[in-house]
Amino acid sequence: MSLEYTSAEMMSITAARALTNDMTCFVGIGLPSEAANLARLTHAPDVTLIYESGTLQTRPDVLPLSIGDGELCASALTTVAVPEMFRYWLQGGHISVGFLGTAQIDRYANLNTTLIGDYRQPKVRLPGGGGAPEIATNAKEVFITVTHSRRTFVKEVDFITTVGFGRDGKARDNVPNIGRGPTVVITDLCVLKPDPATKELTVTALHPGVTREQVIEATGWEIRFAETLDTTPAPTEQELTVLRELKERTAAHHAGQAQ
Amino acid sequence: MAEFLSLKEAVARHIHDGDTLAMEGFTHLIPFAAGHEIIRQGKRDLTLIRMTPDLVYDQLIGAGCAKKLIFSWGGNPGVGSLHRLRDAVEKSWPQPLEILEHSHAAMACAFEAGAAGLPLAVLRGYIGSDLPKVNDQIRFIECPFTGERLAAVPSIRPDVTVVHAQRADRQGNVLVEGIVGVQKEAVLAAKRSIVTVEEVVDDLGASVNACVLPSWAITAIAVSPRGAAPSYALGYYERDNAFYKRWDAIARDRDAFQSWLQENVFEEGAVS
Repeated sequence: MSLEYTSAEMMSITAARALTNDMTCFVGIGLPSEAANLARLTHAPDVTLIYESGTLQTRPDVLPLSIGDGELCASALTTVAVPEMFRYWLQGGHISVGFLGTAQIDRYANLNTTLIGDYRQPKVRLPGGGGAPEIATNAKEVFITVTHSRRTFVKEVDFITTVGFGRDGKARDNVPNIGRGPTVVITDLCVLKPDPATKELTVTALHPGVTREQVIEATGWEIRFAETLDTTPAPTEQELTVLRELKERTAAHHAGQAQ
Repeated sequence: MAEFLSLKEAVARHIHDGDTLAMEGFTHLIPFAAGHEIIRQGKRDLTLIRMTPDLVYDQLIGAGCAKKLIFSWGGNPGVGSLHRLRDAVEKSWPQPLEILEHSHAAMACAFEAGAAGLPLAVLRGYIGSDLPKVNDQIRFIECPFTGERLAAVPSIRPDVTVVHAQRADRQGNVLVEGIVGVQKEAVLAAKRSIVTVEEVVDDLGASVNACVLPSWAITAIAVSPRGAAPSYALGYYERDNAFYKRWDAIARDRDAFQSWLQENVFEEGAVS
């Protein structure tokens, strides 16, 4: 019997599966945080989660609304100052995976969270870089999770807030002391990986029931597919149950805090 | 030695029109009460510095206190945009706002360099990012020992830093606990500092390695219970996440924002 699930659940569960027990993950807020905690509550109970607020090895019971909720600090092994977080723990080389979300992503996995339009006269002003520009270069590799649409998947981002592989796919070539960059992008439709030679994002697996046409339609460039295209395994009952319980606990917690 | 003042007096005496002002607190311990007092006193032309402008700077910007913002992530965490910040950047309301934009790593390093009395901070940062194209304060230097290309930004040395903390003792020594952000660095980097606290106690109860700001490193202390709400103070009250969600609708609309400001800031006096 097949289980009912949404494409958003499929995305979170697939993103969670990318993390393993032995990883030390610098977690972005939102979708990455949901996926990282789902991993911790299912197949990777010992994964080390780190948030830029300085909370090392944290185990929140509910998903934080902000990057610095009290829950993150209270459930952490220890909490360090923000300069120490970025200098010693990230730049110092202790992070195996940076897990990021984004507003826009392009075919070379560059991320834009700064603005749409011209910098001095933006059409839409977005929050900005935060920790991402250095997470993406100082972590050993980067996972990205983002909803798939023509608005998010553009041929070239308006602004490179955070580098993937640059405008030509070569931004990391011959740069010393830099991580491998994005190794996987998980969306609600598929899984993409950079082509080993060109670094252009290529679809390597489609989620169950998703067609190539759907992905082509939702992507702002002529998207390429790997020669052997896999189908992502469907969510298990346990993954779905844990994810739904986590989201219910989170919603109840944040709603119950009104004065 | 830190001088105990009312919040009203501390803001009046130590924050002036045209100052560069850092109000720090990384999600935790954001000095909202002090921000509201600055709005009530009608301070103008401030250069506001904060890694995450958060609601406190959305309010100051909407109230017309700021001419420039130096920041690294300007959103409402987990909710969306800071609409007063966006309105100022996109539509120049209530006045144009100059922005200078960094990454978190660079700002954290710049505060640390300020505390260390250095003119610049060096980091392995901004590689491949367009941020250096729009911020001329981001430059690159060559390591004299290895030749590695590294990013350099000027240190942050505000005229005034304002932070909130859990408590002070009667001598004016301050304990900061939990997510400590860049509070210590921001205070030490500034010419003057105001620390608001939940309470004054006989004994701080600090462990030997706790984050303690000595009285002689602080200019003024003002007692301000719940002074960080709707952010939070570990051990005192939780983050009012529901208010952070409600702020979206309040800040989205200029009239709704102004009514909120009138009722919740102008008609409320500072604790004195």
